[in-house]
Amino acid sequence: MALHLTPRDSGAITVVDASGRITLGDGSAMLRKTIRQLVEEAHCKIVLNLADVDYIDSSGIGELVSAYTAVRSKGGELKLLHLTKKVHDLLQITKLFTVFEVFSDEASAVRSFK
Amino acid sequence: MAPDTKHLEVTLETQVESVNLAEEMCLRLAEAVGFGEDECYRIGMSVREGVINAFHYGNKEKPEKKIHLAVDLTPEKMVIHVADEGTGFKLSDVPDPLAEENLLSTSGRGIFLMRAFMDEFEVVPARTGGAEIVMSKRLPNLGSPQSNGSHGSAPHREA
Repeated sequence: MALHLTPRDSGAITVVDASGRITLGDGSAMLRKTIRQLVEEAHCKIVLNLADVDYIDSSGIGELVSAYTAVRSKGGELKLLHLTKKVHDLLQITKLFTVFEVFSDEASAVRSFK
Repeated sequence: MAPDTKHLEVTLETQVESVNLAEEMCLRLAEAVGFGEDECYRIGMSVREGVINAFHYGNKEKPEKKIHLAVDLTPEKMVIHVADEGTGFKLSDVPDPLAEENLLSTSGRGIFLMRAFMDEFEVVPARTGGAEIVMSKRLPNLGSPQSNGSHGSAPHREA
């Protein structure tokens, strides 16, 4: 299933709704392009909503990390919202829960930005 | 090969599409021999990571090279082989993706995931001159040994 990403504004925060798979090829490339574009447009407070993403491979994990560092290099933050169980487990075994801030409700995620 | 082992072998092109093809093929086999949804996911992910490794690191994405995928179904386990036509590598040379200094690396988690998701995992020299990943999962009707998928149960920051 191809990855679809839909950015929307929530005040000063950009929420990106993702659905599909973040895997080697189009999925990873789509995420990279979307995040880079948001950063270029100075949208550097980003919540990535992964509620409809139930599959990420190592390439997708790498792209999430790349997005995180790209946003932070511009003084922004990238936070994750609504992880499915598989994605949750994947981030846990790769220790990326110690890197990403993860939220289970959108209002809290949006409020958490400084 | 033991007479009660079923063997399937395919040669894949060095292209991104081969990753999905290999995953799909092995998923169907895993379902057919009775693995449940969670184990199918782990097997599919491991095959995917093995072929990504061959595609990217082994064959350096060179289209003239091939990826050799084989599956042996023995009475005890499903054994998956993924061989590339690269120059081979040693597991001891692969950086630990859980090390603090590697957590923000954008690559290098494939081997870790295969080790975490499969019961047995090793890398041997391939007949093709490259590396051959050999990984297996015990068949479901025989019971499963304790999962080795519990690496790094780090506390997470959930608000």
